[in-house]
Amino acid sequence: MEKVLMINYQKCTGCRLCELVCSVMHDGVSNPARSRIKVMKWEAEGLYVPMSCQQCEDAPCMNVCPVKAISRDEDLGFVMVDYDICIGCRSCVAVCPFGAMNYNSIDKKVFKCDLCGGDPQCVRFCEVNAIEYVDAERLSIYKRKDAAERLSVAQKEAGALQAAM
Amino acid sequence: MALNRKIAYIDLSTGEIEIKPIPLEVRKKFLGGRGLDAYLLYNNTEQGCDPLGPGNTLMISGGILTATCASATARTHVMAKSPLTGLLGSANMGGFFAPEMAWAGFHHLVIKGKAEKPVYIWIHNGEIEIRDATNLWGKTTTETQWAIREELGDDEIKSAVIGPAGENLVRFANVMTGIKNSAGRTGMGCVMGSKNLKAVAARGTMDIKIAHPVDALEYNKRFIDQITSAKVNQTQGTLGTPFIWGATNSWGGIRTRNFQYNQCENADDIEPERIDEICEETMGPYHMTGCFGCQVHCRAQYKIPSGPYAGKYDEGPEYTSQGAFGGEPDCKNAVTVLTGNHLVDQYGMDNLETGSIISWAMELYELGIITSKDTDGLDLKFGNDEALLEMITRICYRDGWLADTLADGGIPASEKIGKDSFSYLIQVKGMSNLHSDERATPALALNIATGSRGSDHLRSRPAIDLYHLPEEVLRKIYSNPVPYDGPLSSEHTSYDGKPWMVFWQENCYMGVDCLGICKYHTTFLGATLPNFEDWTKVLYYNTGLEMTPKEIWDVAERCYNIERLFNLREGLQREDLKKGDMLNHRYFDEPCRRGAIDVIGATIDRKKFKKMIDEYYGHHGWDENGVPTPETLKRLGLDQEPSHLL
Repeated sequence: MEKVLMINYQKCTGCRLCELVCSVMHDGVSNPARSRIKVMKWEAEGLYVPMSCQQCEDAPCMNVCPVKAISRDEDLGFVMVDYDICIGCRSCVAVCPFGAMNYNSIDKKVFKCDLCGGDPQCVRFCEVNAIEYVDAERLSIYKRKDAAERLSVAQKEAGALQAAM
Repeated sequence: MALNRKIAYIDLSTGEIEIKPIPLEVRKKFLGGRGLDAYLLYNNTEQGCDPLGPGNTLMISGGILTATCASATARTHVMAKSPLTGLLGSANMGGFFAPEMAWAGFHHLVIKGKAEKPVYIWIHNGEIEIRDATNLWGKTTTETQWAIREELGDDEIKSAVIGPAGENLVRFANVMTGIKNSAGRTGMGCVMGSKNLKAVAARGTMDIKIAHPVDALEYNKRFIDQITSAKVNQTQGTLGTPFIWGATNSWGGIRTRNFQYNQCENADDIEPERIDEICEETMGPYHMTGCFGCQVHCRAQYKIPSGPYAGKYDEGPEYTSQGAFGGEPDCKNAVTVLTGNHLVDQYGMDNLETGSIISWAMELYELGIITSKDTDGLDLKFGNDEALLEMITRICYRDGWLADTLADGGIPASEKIGKDSFSYLIQVKGMSNLHSDERATPALALNIATGSRGSDHLRSRPAIDLYHLPEEVLRKIYSNPVPYDGPLSSEHTSYDGKPWMVFWQENCYMGVDCLGICKYHTTFLGATLPNFEDWTKVLYYNTGLEMTPKEIWDVAERCYNIERLFNLREGLQREDLKKGDMLNHRYFDEPCRRGAIDVIGATIDRKKFKKMIDEYYGHHGWDENGVPTPETLKRLGLDQEPSHLL
């Protein structure tokens, strides 16, 4: 079954371990500039949002590629770049609505999340579960449950408030 | 590779910058971080140099493992001769600065001289530039960081900065990065201010090659599992360091009203759970944040809920702020603690020193040694929250006679205030004690008396002494990597074997400080956490450097001895109350008045304390005056210092 990364940014502590292990796993180096996942930060407010590839169904990067270097892995469903075909034009970088297609000026290559072949290291190392690897079709169930919980808490609070008045 | 990160010598007087590799021979002797900084300090300052003169040398560094795939290698170390103590100045902070500096190509900066006008140092991908900071002067710590990002057009720049306190040469001004990460103690921000150095900014995208990436990843995972499975770290991860407060206070280990009591009564509002409630109310259920690569995430986020600073965002407060702005001045309101914490974060001033020195002044005010004439009318009595917060701001800006006096640090202030003021000053080597009360715990008392940067818990505190672990467990911990078969006691009120525990912890903490790892990832608050044996593996997998646990122990001992040599060169004498391994007389003369049954009535026994110091010196291979013997220096390869290896 196809699985995807589910990111709950509220849980993110902003430590950026995901960026570190991503670059070590893929390139054998520590360098966040090579990470496929990136924590965007608003430090003055204490807000941290990890951003990674959404493995879009109708992927703009795949559509825009002039040489058809981008395709979908049939087993795991992630979108991947074939470097034998890629000409490094960066059209995919320009078109990605999430900024998840990266360009690395050291190797002069575009690069993106490949789910580490089914064992995403960002997920494995994130102890607070800000990033989880879940069945694609269950993604909305998790979100729905979260929302329902919030709703229920809010209703209880409202009830208590009304009773107090 | 981590080993090819460079050292830069920066002369702010001439603008000269020299970049050099760090020879492998030097790495093997000192590793990096605090240890190598100590070597550089000893080699690059003249005896008796003015801490605020151009001759003082400031080191800023990462550890040898900084930004590698080892766990929590976020620490930045800052060292210089201290303007607060006249001895070793040394402070360490978390955050994201040192990793960024490592990705920019550097592990160590050696900053000399004094710039003519305000400057900041800009480090990016192997290059270093000295830039004008006239527009940054006067800005707070966070304003400075955001302004640098805007000026250079990159939101990912990380900076180590000073605030107004450093500019105003407050002797306990700190160096800060992020919202609250502080190289807090010994006045390193004051040294930056004296050099007209407002900030060091770094941004890097250079690879750090991991020697054995697969092993490094797997070992890191194991390391993290070990660290996060420890109950103490799980608690830290939900309540932060304030969790220590609850247990310590109920037991009777929190000094209150300067040093009059050892327990802060009726202080429910500053209990960790109450502070956590405020964090949750203002920042939501997920309000913990962490330093680079760390899964302990011990730092809380909060907004000040009310008062003149309502709505301001900050991080913490740590255990230290609870003591500094809660227990010591006897101000028992969470909002006061949170506000005090915010003010010192913005000003760039050590929370611990600030709170302690104000509490000392409060006691002097109570005794009539200082009066409302000295305070410009401020009613500086214990429990006056407004007066406390007002004094913080006055000290930062040296506003008024008393604030200006206190801003020079405890000992100079006591000389200016005169009368009997010095005898009430709770300090060692000129630095104020943490707010913990060590009268019932000889091991902890020995730790603060002998710490190389003055009174301090992060140099050698055997915190697990309080856990009453079975003796065989203690022996297992403290007999590695070097054998120890002397006395050892699980009883915290005992004096037996404590000198060895302090000596062992010194080397353990020096070890993490050289590697660049956080102390919450070693034998500090958790007895099951990694140390020497595990470090050999992370070191090898990440850098390829092969060392035995004993060799890392030797590095730590060598580095600690360099710090000792520096202190001796600057005038440390064993029983000197101002510059020695000595405690304030109140530790010996005033029994604890509150707390648990094993705490009430406790004092430190003078004779036994002296014997502990003798034993402690003996473990080090120091003579009865605390001076390393020629044999010790030879054994550690320090008989030719200063040796100028790089």
